[in-house]
Amino acid sequence: MNRIINIARTMTSVYYAYMVEYRAELLLWVLSGSLPIILMGIWMQAAQTGNFGLTPIEFARYFLAAFIVRQFTVVWVIWEFEREIVEGKLSFRLLQPLDPVWHHFFSHFAERFARLPFAFGLIALFFWLYPQSFWLPSLGGFLLFLLTAVCAFALRFLMQYTLSMFAFWTERASALEQFWFLFYLFLSGMVAPLEVYPPQMRAIVLWTPFPYLIHFPASLLVGLPVNLGQGLLVMLGWSAVFFAIYRWLWSKGLKQYSGMGA
Amino acid sequence: MPVILAENLSKMYPVAVKEPGLKGTVQHFFRRTYRQIKAVQNVSFAIEPGEVVGFLGANGAGKTTTLKMLTGLIHPSAGRISVAGHVPFQRKFAFLQNITLVMGQKQQLIWDLPALDSLRINAAVYGISDRDFKTRVGELTEMLSLEGKLTQAVRKLSLGERMKAELLAALIHQPHVLFLDEPTLGLDVNAQVSVREFLRAYNQRYQATVLLTSHYMADITALCQRVLVIHEGQLIYDGSLDGLVDRFAPCREVNIELAHPYAAEKLSLYGDLESVDGAIAKFLVPQERLTRTVAKLLSELEIVDLSVTEPPIEEVIGRVLRSGVAT
Repeated sequence: MNRIINIARTMTSVYYAYMVEYRAELLLWVLSGSLPIILMGIWMQAAQTGNFGLTPIEFARYFLAAFIVRQFTVVWVIWEFEREIVEGKLSFRLLQPLDPVWHHFFSHFAERFARLPFAFGLIALFFWLYPQSFWLPSLGGFLLFLLTAVCAFALRFLMQYTLSMFAFWTERASALEQFWFLFYLFLSGMVAPLEVYPPQMRAIVLWTPFPYLIHFPASLLVGLPVNLGQGLLVMLGWSAVFFAIYRWLWSKGLKQYSGMGA
Repeated sequence: MPVILAENLSKMYPVAVKEPGLKGTVQHFFRRTYRQIKAVQNVSFAIEPGEVVGFLGANGAGKTTTLKMLTGLIHPSAGRISVAGHVPFQRKFAFLQNITLVMGQKQQLIWDLPALDSLRINAAVYGISDRDFKTRVGELTEMLSLEGKLTQAVRKLSLGERMKAELLAALIHQPHVLFLDEPTLGLDVNAQVSVREFLRAYNQRYQATVLLTSHYMADITALCQRVLVIHEGQLIYDGSLDGLVDRFAPCREVNIELAHPYAAEKLSLYGDLESVDGAIAKFLVPQERLTRTVAKLLSELEIVDLSVTEPPIEEVIGRVLRSGVAT
């Protein structure tokens, strides 16, 4: 147990140090995640002229919440893993008595601490520019948001890490992620809240993992109605499915691994 | 009981074949063809605890593939391996705690941070206590003459310092079985010597077993009593280094620069003339006649410069291969 705590502590502090080496880059990464803020403007404009299920203020809050969730759940593990495979650097990880996934997990985890101050700065700027949209979530809603945001990160990480496993065979697994991202973009609630989708489509989409990556935690933060029990169960179910596929591909992939260039 | 045991070890893998040109590219896209490469074939050897063994072979002979199998990185196609009593590919905790692999052309240290940060991660992963960590880092830093370097960003270190820091990272858990793949690659002579001295000291202090590949003959002669020679995936020599050198490299290269060119016929009277290019000539001289030949050259010819070198390891291996010796 001590070893695990020590690994978590050390990796978080070292990878945090690594992340803050690139402050300017980090700010650009935060800004690059501001697609929801751009879409907010479009939807607010649209909401003023038509009926889309949400008021302009609700749209503003929703997209701000979506931006916050994105900051919590950004994942890039597939590019890292692919590079490790192609350059044979996975070999060093495999030589150590720890599953390589933990290096990736803690580098993502540590990055959150480096990223969030920039993100909070942007949020404060937003409220200063547009004070009408300011709101304070209830304590319960906020705690549920935190819980679901963490679960959303775990699910997103598992999904992408599972796709990363294909790097053992294709060496360009990131192409799969690009394709997958299309579904993520449209079904997660990033470009539009699920409230604007037709009810039948929405019912189907709610059984896929995508809406739980942004829409679900964002809705909890702004107080939009969601089915909490179903949401958590679907998240848990998909996490289990991806975890099982990842472990299976990992064991197959290791037999395939040739330690290129090493 | 051997600490490293390989029995009939083989590794085959498919490699995609692509013809040059647009036609080849289109064919490669629609119908990819593969060729089976026999990287290692029926290799068997046993290494006892504390031995330092050189693993020689030309590029692509199968050295690194064998090391990768011995360290559990890749799965053998056939054969049996035991390292420190474990099957490497199972990657058990006790096995990984006991081995290390240093790759001269690869680095595990985080490039933008001081080496100490990467060492802290390694210490946590291997479950090394803070007290042991400090003691070991102090001890290895001293052995490697790395004082004051571990708090500098890795990217700011010289190549030699970086390699030493890589060695430190690879040995922080005090493994007893070391696999070293070109640990002195690209280092200057001083750095090579200090890495060699460190490896010798480490071997003596911890009774570590070492399997070392290097293209530098000096690494092998300084550290190894025994060598394995691999050629096209097959082990063709397993024996003492003295035996290998005496049998296949009994000569030294004598390089001379003359004040003015001499006819090749005249030069060949002094020994086995390997090459002559204007005023520069190279002889191959048997070791027992070396002193006499050098004295004769110096006294009878107008020489500007003279140097005596060992034939490169590739040349020795080349002779082993040409003579077709098997174990």
